Amino acid sequence: MLAFMIRRFLQSILVMLVVALISFLLFRFVGDPVDQMVGIETSIDQRDALRQQLGLNDPVLVQFFHFIAGALRFDFGISYQFKQPVAAMIAERFPATLELSLLSVVIAIVAGIPMGVYAGLKRDSWLSRMFMTVSLVGISLPPFLVGILFIFVFSVQLQWLPSFGRGETVLIGFWPTGFLTQSGLKALILPSITLALFQLTLIMRLVRSEMLEVLRTDYIKFARARGLSRRAVNFGHALKNTLVPVMTITGLQLGSVIAFAIITETVFSWPGMGLLFLQAVQNVDIPIMAAYLMLIGFLFVLINLIVDLLYVAVDPRIRIDARQAN
Amino acid sequence: MSKASSIPVKAEQGAIARFLASDIVYSFSRSKLTMLAAAITLFYFLMALFAPLIAPHDPFDLASLNLLDSLTPPMWEEGGVAQFPLGTDDQGRDLLSAIMYGSRISLAVGFASVAFAAILGISLGLLSGYVGGTLDSVIMRIADIQMTFPSILIALLIDGTVSGLLPQASREDTAFGVLTLSIGLSFWVQYARTVRSSVLIEKEREYVQAARLIGLRPLTIMVRHVLPNVLGPVLVIATINLALAIITEATLSFLGVGFPLTEPSLGALINIGNNFLFSGEWWITIFPGVTLAVLVLSVNLLGDWLRDALNPKLR
Repeated sequence: MLAFMIRRFLQSILVMLVVALISFLLFRFVGDPVDQMVGIETSIDQRDALRQQLGLNDPVLVQFFHFIAGALRFDFGISYQFKQPVAAMIAERFPATLELSLLSVVIAIVAGIPMGVYAGLKRDSWLSRMFMTVSLVGISLPPFLVGILFIFVFSVQLQWLPSFGRGETVLIGFWPTGFLTQSGLKALILPSITLALFQLTLIMRLVRSEMLEVLRTDYIKFARARGLSRRAVNFGHALKNTLVPVMTITGLQLGSVIAFAIITETVFSWPGMGLLFLQAVQNVDIPIMAAYLMLIGFLFVLINLIVDLLYVAVDPRIRIDARQAN
Repeated sequence: MSKASSIPVKAEQGAIARFLASDIVYSFSRSKLTMLAAAITLFYFLMALFAPLIAPHDPFDLASLNLLDSLTPPMWEEGGVAQFPLGTDDQGRDLLSAIMYGSRISLAVGFASVAFAAILGISLGLLSGYVGGTLDSVIMRIADIQMTFPSILIALLIDGTVSGLLPQASREDTAFGVLTLSIGLSFWVQYARTVRSSVLIEKEREYVQAARLIGLRPLTIMVRHVLPNVLGPVLVIATINLALAIITEATLSFLGVGFPLTEPSLGALINIGNNFLFSGEWWITIFPGVTLAVLVLSVNLLGDWLRDALNPKLR
């Protein structure tokens, strides 16, 4: 168990190093950082001085170490486009993205699991069939198109909900939250549902197929034969056993939610990290791209690590496998 | 199935008859939904293929555009004209023609990137599975790391970086290549993993040992003997990936890092229309959007069916 954890941990560090290397290569070799920072009128001497000052004349390996040391202190340099420290810009937008992503995951789980259980238990009812058909359409619609359709119906035609921004926010400590004002909550509805939809269909289909699988097993037949109530069989025995894969997939999907937030944030002009990253890609603002990549990489690796460890904690079969592997 | 086809006893006519009697054709003829999806997909292919012949206007010919025609509504709405059945966009482009050409671009990028991803993934998977050892670990570790990130993020990053390296002015010429490269590179892992695991099983089989015994080179064994036997699952992945690739291209173009607005794919058209949604010109967004959704849905249905039809467990 301990060996497994250590191996997983080392693997995570390796992934982070690779991500850091890619970020660094981007930063160092896509365009000349000095050219991006100064105007045309800067003399060659001044440029050389700046180059020396930034450490761009050092050996590449030394520069890489400086880059990692900087990243560990959250220092990713200055944005080419906005001339502001990248870390501060990202920190300013992080709460918006996190609130949106977390709400979407909650929506996806709270709606997806019951829908999946229902579709698994009553496989032939018309409602289950409708869930399955709608979910196929949901998978086929690109998220940005769903967002646009929502805006078209609820903002343009019905004029119920706002189509951009996050409304008024309230500062709690350093954290600006949109959960406490009416306009903030209203602004959250469309983007969070748009972002949740894809995960929702995924969770629903997964729960359904896992339920179908489990319901066929002998111990469910035995539980029924023992005369346990329908409720105890379905929820106590069947659902409990479907939740392990569901938990893994949902955990891993949390990362995808943050990535898909780029699209949702663009459609709804949501002032989060994703929008910042997209603007950086459009303008080749490498420091922001590098910093975003590092941050996302870190979140992904962290989520993967936690999911793996949880998996081991929940499912005893894996513990045995790991022991045998050693 | 594939083993039977390598027996050169029967003539070509026999091969066709055997194909018509196969499980796949049977399961196809049993599912109306699949047939509908196939018909729609075929319709899209034909439309994309013959767009220059059947489209009423050439949306890329800027000289033929008239700004006075811009933002004309569809013909059944007030102010619409029969010359532009689905209306026009902000530059006076006929939307029907733009959608035809746009589908052409979307399908072309979809196919090219799936082909690129498949070739790359199959080659690496074959090498990884057949050669094994250090090469195997290196390829699979890279695949592991890439699997950690969603493909849309990888495509966006590659696309952004490569576009940054290339001059802005050449974007019209390079967009196709850049998009194919970035989408292809973000999808190869699945092929590599699937092929590798099949190869690990196949290479212990007797026919591979026999081929080795008679002294064939490893490359010949891999390509001529192992490859044909691991292609089934690849076909399923490729079909489902085609839908994903089309979505990815549309998303990138919508985000403004894909095709330039002078040569719009479906995603770029939706991007143009998005600016006019609030002023009431809904058709510029909705028609390309519906076109895209129907295309992806049909391809997805075909992929779902193919996966079930090729899965021996479900027979």
